[in-house]
Amino acid sequence: MTGVRVLVGTRKGAFVLTSDGRRGDWTVEGPHFGGWEIYHLTGSPVDPNRLYASQSGGWFGQLIQRSDDGGKSWNPVGNDFAYAGEVGEHLWYDGTPRPWEFKRVWHLEPSRDDPDTVYAGAEDAALYLSTDGGLKWTELTALRTHPTGPSWQPGAGGLCLHTIILDPTHPGRIYTAISAAGAFRSDDGGDSWLPINKGLRSGEIPDQDAEVGHCVHHITQHPSRPDTLFMQKHWDVMRSDDAGANWREVSGNLPSDFGFPIAVHPHEPETIYVVPIKSDSEHYPPEGKLRVYRSRTGGDEWEPLTKGLPQSDCYVNVLRDAMAVDTLDPGGIYFGTTGGQVYHSADGGDSWASIVRDLPPVLSVEAQVLP
Amino acid sequence: MIRVLLPAHLKNLAHVTGEVRLEGVTGPDGAVTQRSVLDALEAQYPMLLGTIRDRHSGKRRAFVRFYACEEDLSNESPDAPLPEEVVVGKEPFIVLGAMAGG
Repeated sequence: MTGVRVLVGTRKGAFVLTSDGRRGDWTVEGPHFGGWEIYHLTGSPVDPNRLYASQSGGWFGQLIQRSDDGGKSWNPVGNDFAYAGEVGEHLWYDGTPRPWEFKRVWHLEPSRDDPDTVYAGAEDAALYLSTDGGLKWTELTALRTHPTGPSWQPGAGGLCLHTIILDPTHPGRIYTAISAAGAFRSDDGGDSWLPINKGLRSGEIPDQDAEVGHCVHHITQHPSRPDTLFMQKHWDVMRSDDAGANWREVSGNLPSDFGFPIAVHPHEPETIYVVPIKSDSEHYPPEGKLRVYRSRTGGDEWEPLTKGLPQSDCYVNVLRDAMAVDTLDPGGIYFGTTGGQVYHSADGGDSWASIVRDLPPVLSVEAQVLP
Repeated sequence: MIRVLLPAHLKNLAHVTGEVRLEGVTGPDGAVTQRSVLDALEAQYPMLLGTIRDRHSGKRRAFVRFYACEEDLSNESPDAPLPEEVVVGKEPFIVLGAMAGG
């Protein structure tokens, strides 16, 4: 019978949550890699048993783990994330130049076609590619060496490349997002990059029309409408209908347009979800009420989804990679919090239930449908 | 024979339980040094590459420490000879995570 596997990365290990297609009863396995930060844990779209995990920590640095059996066993693969060629400099928080320095992998994006091909987004911002199942990583240097690179400045979480979208329709088209440089698009497999930040407005930088310098928190895309992108920025929820060439704000009636994750419904390309938090310093829901906001109109008009979510004294956050959808019918939605809860909805967000409540702070959530 | 004591996370990673024992550990000039021990350790357990020292510069990771014979050798030259007790296997070369690293 069809099942679901939810992959959860946390501050202190990885967890695998599984259920049948009804998504009522769940099994929790883990922690895998206990004590390590798992920034991202994800699976191949073409081979759900091929999983990749970014494992890192202050003591012993970065590892990439690979499973070929759906997470039952793991093996470390390559962890040589060298910057190719001249390393160069970007701006530090205080505005002084600082050499690029690898810190960790934030996001892994397996190919839509080949389980051995996977991209990695790193801090300090760089994009890597492996075509041998993670054994060897090669930097796609054109992004880091973009002429605007020396002006990139880190966000509060670091100069991190956290979003990678491999376009399902246009061969060679890749979107990436970097905090706090902005969004970039390549149409040639990463050989060249175009900043796609026109229309973003960021009060934290002096020039509102700046080509780069915007703190993009996350971008998502529905595969059936690849030219439409939805973005949660530092402040503002944005959309583009021309592959990022122009953006417009769709925050509408949200109680706060600050947040980190954004997701699109698996079967309704104009239905999107965000989790507003109060402000750039108050990383918790307004009024202590954990509310997912849903728009069925691709933005502008939003409704709070509260059934099953705590509506008092809740002061958790949902990080940028910690929201995901499955492709069952009806579509499932999942998110994890910094308080260690993983919530899911099997009815498009109308009602929610926790799968598990007391994990370490959740960094990432991905959902897989199993045959 | 050199005895190396690894912290729990690295023992898990290397799939070892007790001490690691390394044979034939000598540097280019015949001396047993931090570098020659770590070279041999990483050759025997390649999954440890990059976890103790930078893969390219060879520099010790900031939150890793090296102890032996009740001495902190972390800031010694990687090419300095290790204490005789380590060389003859009487004392282990200890790799551990610094107090602040977790």
